[in-house]
Amino acid sequence: MSFLVLEDISKVFPTAVGVEKFDLSVERGEFISFLGPSGCGKTTTLRMVAGFESPTTGRIILNGEDITDRPPNQRNVGMVFQSYALFPNMTVAQNIGFGLKIRKEPESAIKQRVAEMLALIHLEQKGNSFPHQLSGGQQQRVALARALAIRPQVLLLDEPLSALDAKIRVSLRAEIRAIQRQLGITAIYVTHDQEEALSISDRIVVMHEGKIEQVGTPFEIYNFPTTRFVANFVGSLNTAEVEVMDPSAGIVAMNGIRLTSASDLKEKRKGDKVMIAIRPERIGFIAEGEKENVFDGKVENITFLGSVVRIQLRVGGTVFNMDTFNRPSLQLPQTGDTVRVTCSSKAVLVLSE
Amino acid sequence: MSNNARVVASGGNRPKPPSIRKSPPSFAWLGVLPFLVFVVLFLFLPSLSLFVGGFQDAKGNFTLENIRGLFTPFILNAYWVTIKISFTTAVMGGIVGFFLAYALVAGGVPNWVRSSLMTFCGVASNFAGVPLAQAFIFTLGRVGLLTVFLKEALNIDLYGQGFNLYSFWGLSVTYLYFQLPLMVLIITPPIEGLRREWREAAENLGATPSQYWWHIGIPVLMPSLLGSMILLFGNAFGAYATALSLTGGLINLVTILIGSQIKGDVLHNPNLGYALAFGMVVVMAVIMSIYYALRRRSEYWLKQ
Repeated sequence: MSFLVLEDISKVFPTAVGVEKFDLSVERGEFISFLGPSGCGKTTTLRMVAGFESPTTGRIILNGEDITDRPPNQRNVGMVFQSYALFPNMTVAQNIGFGLKIRKEPESAIKQRVAEMLALIHLEQKGNSFPHQLSGGQQQRVALARALAIRPQVLLLDEPLSALDAKIRVSLRAEIRAIQRQLGITAIYVTHDQEEALSISDRIVVMHEGKIEQVGTPFEIYNFPTTRFVANFVGSLNTAEVEVMDPSAGIVAMNGIRLTSASDLKEKRKGDKVMIAIRPERIGFIAEGEKENVFDGKVENITFLGSVVRIQLRVGGTVFNMDTFNRPSLQLPQTGDTVRVTCSSKAVLVLSE
Repeated sequence: MSNNARVVASGGNRPKPPSIRKSPPSFAWLGVLPFLVFVVLFLFLPSLSLFVGGFQDAKGNFTLENIRGLFTPFILNAYWVTIKISFTTAVMGGIVGFFLAYALVAGGVPNWVRSSLMTFCGVASNFAGVPLAQAFIFTLGRVGLLTVFLKEALNIDLYGQGFNLYSFWGLSVTYLYFQLPLMVLIITPPIEGLRREWREAAENLGATPSQYWWHIGIPVLMPSLLGSMILLFGNAFGAYATALSLTGGLINLVTILIGSQIKGDVLHNPNLGYALAFGMVVVMAVIMSIYYALRRRSEYWLKQ
């Protein structure tokens, strides 16, 4: 049995449905991210695991024990809040040792654990500081140490980096991941930032309107989105409606252009309309000898995005974005030029909904 | 030998030093002028007048007789009773008011009930003097509505059991009528300032609700609680009309003594009245000093 199981969980609020039919199994030591836009139910699900919300239906099983009705102070899960939630009247060391003090652990054991945690977050010198004397990043590290000090079975992180600036976010997320790996702790991380989820997780649960859209590794979520929502939410994407020409060969037609898709079209019939999606970076200028999925596009706009150049192409009635690496040797077309581009059949994804 | 060149002759026009542009005169201080005038006219000058008057006799000569008079047993007792009643109503009003305010904030009370209660508190906290005393006499006096109802309907004889509206506790109950809502009004915003995440973080770390309040809620609120209670103390300490209307001088309060010394027919000695008022200022100054010391201790985490 998995270490943490969320079984048919739903949460109905008086005015809306928060979470619907949520099933998830998390393995010990796994780092799972709940990814989705605001209001999709990711924080509600996390709060149900923490015990701050009660599920309307379903069960939560942690390490073989049903904890659905257990109060938050008896669950032994650590939580890191978006706003740090450090106790302002306590020093850093007192904050970290609070959970152990409540558990009535001996003073010497608390002192030792606090020192370990301070070393883990590289804030050995800040034990006697008060929260208001620390930067946002330091406060969040203390919040992490406080949650870990009680040796929780699961670590829950509710958008812990969203209040920090971009540079600190990147370094701190790497630090969180390193600490999680070092301790081998099971972690659930809530975020609406796809880059954060992709970079930090073993698996991602993409949520939309209270339901799971897709569960998969970052590689699977990014490269093989199964729904239109996931495809649009994770990374940027070109989508177009096409007509199925030959289901067995995976051939579709877009504005008269024949495209081959590696996706399974066997359940479709000739003439069916389906949505396809192609990532901008999977489209490239044609090279010698390439014949698969070749089509022409008129350059409408060129945008420099630092390491990447985005070229906007009009292909029939559809506008496609194409990304190419920005190299000094790059020869770019001019706006108004017509260019011949291509993509592999694996890049043409057929979306289920 | 030096590395620096020595200038023996100036090589032409020296650049003029940059002229310092004078900034236009600021009249921002004019904004605070009405406040300063108010403070001088209604706080500083009356206090000065009390202070000076306290050291003068009826003819205006310097004397220490009034100050000596403050240490007579009757006047010392008046101070003691006034401090006792102020302290009692401040603590009781503070504690009960805190729980009322907490129930309002965290009790899931509908918004319309909450706003109505806050409006009522605003009115009740200013309801004092003769109308309040009369209201209590009509309700809890010997033949008050509630007293009679309790006796006839429930066979509870308030006065038979020792209650007396015209006593220390009767006056305290009356004071609580305005002390409680005042506490609710001033402690509600700090309670609202307690962040939900603190409670959740404490629970998540294994704390029970009482442990949360003991370790986090109360320490964080302590400066506000102390500040609110000192305000309640001052509010009761200076009360005059309510006590006079209710007890008619049966209870020996400093404010009633001051009134009788300044405008009384029998005990007419305005300079002693000034000295009594000066004594009240001293008591409040001592109380404020204790408050600041306690507040500093309770806010240690903000002072670092």
